[in-house]
Amino acid sequence: MFDFLSDYDDPSLLGAFWVTVQLTFFSAVGSLIWGTLLAAMRVSPVPLMRGFGTSYVNIVRNIPLTVIIVFTSLGLADIFGMTMGAPDDFEAQGFRLAILGLVAYTAAFVCEALRSGINTVPVGQAEAARAIGLSFSQVLRLIVLPQAFRSVIGPLANVLIALTKNTTVAATIGVAEAALLMKEMIENEAQTLLIGAIFAFGFVVLTLPTGLFLGWLSKRLAVKR
Amino acid sequence: MKLRKVTAAAAAALVLSLTATACGGDDNDSDSADTGSGGGDKIKVGIKYDQPGLGLKEPDGSFSGFDVDVATYVAGELGYEPDQIEFIETKSADRENALARGDVDFIAATYSITDERKEKVDFAGPYLLAHQDLLVKSDSDITEATDLNGKKLCSVTGSTSAQNVKNDFAPKAQLKQVSTYSECVAALQSGAVDALTTDDSILAGFAAQEQYKGQFKLAGLKLSNENYGIGVKKGDTETVNKINDALEKMVSEKAWEKAVTDNFGPADYKNEPAPKIGNIVQ
Amino acid sequence: MTSVLYDAPGPKAKRRNLLFSVVFFVLLALLAWWIWQVMDDKGQLRWALWEPFTQSEAWTTYLLPGLGDTLKAAALAMIIALPLGAFFGISRMSDHRWVRMPAGAVVEFFRAIPVLLLMLFANEFYARYTDVSSADRPLYAVVTGLVLYNASVLAEIVRAGILALPKGQTEAAQAIGLRKGQTMTTILLPQAVTAMLPAIVSQLVVIVKDTALGGVMLGFTELLNARGTLAANYANVIPSFIVVAVIFIVLNFILTSFAGWLEARLRRSKRSTGAVLGAEDVDELNAAEIGTPGTGKGDIV
Repeated sequence: MFDFLSDYDDPSLLGAFWVTVQLTFFSAVGSLIWGTLLAAMRVSPVPLMRGFGTSYVNIVRNIPLTVIIVFTSLGLADIFGMTMGAPDDFEAQGFRLAILGLVAYTAAFVCEALRSGINTVPVGQAEAARAIGLSFSQVLRLIVLPQAFRSVIGPLANVLIALTKNTTVAATIGVAEAALLMKEMIENEAQTLLIGAIFAFGFVVLTLPTGLFLGWLSKRLAVKR
Repeated sequence: MKLRKVTAAAAAALVLSLTATACGGDDNDSDSADTGSGGGDKIKVGIKYDQPGLGLKEPDGSFSGFDVDVATYVAGELGYEPDQIEFIETKSADRENALARGDVDFIAATYSITDERKEKVDFAGPYLLAHQDLLVKSDSDITEATDLNGKKLCSVTGSTSAQNVKNDFAPKAQLKQVSTYSECVAALQSGAVDALTTDDSILAGFAAQEQYKGQFKLAGLKLSNENYGIGVKKGDTETVNKINDALEKMVSEKAWEKAVTDNFGPADYKNEPAPKIGNIVQ
Repeated sequence: MTSVLYDAPGPKAKRRNLLFSVVFFVLLALLAWWIWQVMDDKGQLRWALWEPFTQSEAWTTYLLPGLGDTLKAAALAMIIALPLGAFFGISRMSDHRWVRMPAGAVVEFFRAIPVLLLMLFANEFYARYTDVSSADRPLYAVVTGLVLYNASVLAEIVRAGILALPKGQTEAAQAIGLRKGQTMTTILLPQAVTAMLPAIVSQLVVIVKDTALGGVMLGFTELLNARGTLAANYANVIPSFIVVAVIFIVLNFILTSFAGWLEARLRRSKRSTGAVLGAEDVDELNAAEIGTPGTGKGDIV
């Protein structure tokens, strides 16, 4: 029943899921950084930065991810010549472009999660920080964000789970991850349901433990008030 | 107070359903073009919607291309007037399933006859012999497949053409994969790739498009033989025979040649002569 | 909250902020100029590529039918997923283990699987075991996939919304002798609906966007799929993507603006029992899905 799996070795089933994991990991790190910057912009005293942060989030959040990913390939790479340091290696280029697209998209959600986290920090904390003479960036860096991060582990976990599943969209620009392998298998074998079930199981294995672990972590680290 | 809460909930529900119905209002005219009752007096034909010269949905909602002309002729021979034909989009990955489920009666959609596919569907024809080829810019110096080594090649995700080139002719070529051929053509035009590979019939259609006229040329390589057949549900020999008769008649009546000139003429595509039914060129 | 992060700017800070603004503006302007230049250079701004969108045929043949299918699928999925989500959310809080456990399992399971796969399964299911016509099947499959996934996310939002209400509400209801069902329908749900609205709306935006997955493998002729056919005709891949992206942005903007207006109304019309539910409440339960975190307190649009 599962014989056909051994016909696929470039990539194999595990190899394809490994690419999915890598995509998820790098995109997660990237979107955490970019999302934090965006959140800082959205609460900053400079009106233009606030405006930029707000428009960025509201535009990017409302576009289907597929469009963003295709844009990185046909727009950024082909038209703007951003080949991600790999102009002659399309495999690496596609992988990096997919990460770029996933980061751009996911950061909007990270930003919003963080912003709501900032809202949970009691006003007194920021006021006290200002009272002892800290500047905006110090208030944010030393007082508010550390508390905000702890309270948004839960929301960020959900963003991470969604990100894991969203990496499947990278298949549209030919990144050899799980969804692309699945497409290939479905095209070659006449067992759509079985193949679908195998890949669904793979994603459950990836996402369920992550969710449970981070859920536990967020309870542990929650700021008790 | 209680009343207010209930009103609030009711308002939310009402408004949500209002949005829904407002959206639903668009439905009426949205699906008239490509769906229908599928009653007994119609024949459902699977074609491509996005391949100029073969199967294309025109701006006025009609369909054009060689596959479409062949399908229309065959349907005519099977006893269906052009207005009884319902064209349905069958993407490459979905062709076997669409036939197996009975979503379409037959498929004429750049459907190459292969041994693997023959296990799942039956084929009538072939009705056209195409070859895998390269589309390059008109000033390109790529003249044979080995020139592709170190060059950038574009094809559609999961297609066999690109793998053929990489495995057999130019292992050092870089492969860019996108979802549709028109995206490949755009990448070729912007200079992001050096060549686009798939069947020459498909490439010719794009090269002949108004917007691209004079910019591209076919390399004229015959990297493979693609015998386009008409896909029919497995086991339906009767329809296969009828379609084969229709195809033979189409050739002898010169309708086949007319369809070729109409659709491939502008592309300056040197097509192969009409293939003999059942003669699959390996 | 944001305004307490920094002092009211004095003359020096005002000057500094102005400087930052100017620098930031110049950077943005340079970026925009560069984008325009490159687009122009590569011939993407040629009128021939954009002209089709000024003609009615591009809209009536491709985009509007596509938009119609997108809206149809999204609207159906919303109508079905909202009550179903509420049902699962409430079931998950049931006092009976045999109600709670299955509801929890269903929610966790469908949240973990990519929507595209759910759609694929649904399509096969309808093809094999029902006589849904082949023309309608993609729509059925897309709606089913969207409903299964989003109902489970909405279930968690509903659960979080109800749990976030002050405990006193339930206790007071019990004290005046309401039964459990009455407490839920007359006391808890109406209050929770207001509080959950931003999170719910984010999820509705996700539904609208996810209809696009139906075009990938099922041949559902939604907007993105229609774009492919359009681009094959007019040879304008990049412009067509930009136009479709703008349509999605406008569509979702209307949806979120409307919800913002609705929320403001609902909040005015009742004496609040608490803050609007933000992502932090939902996620305490490890609940939502991408989209829900996008709801800060009172942040809509």
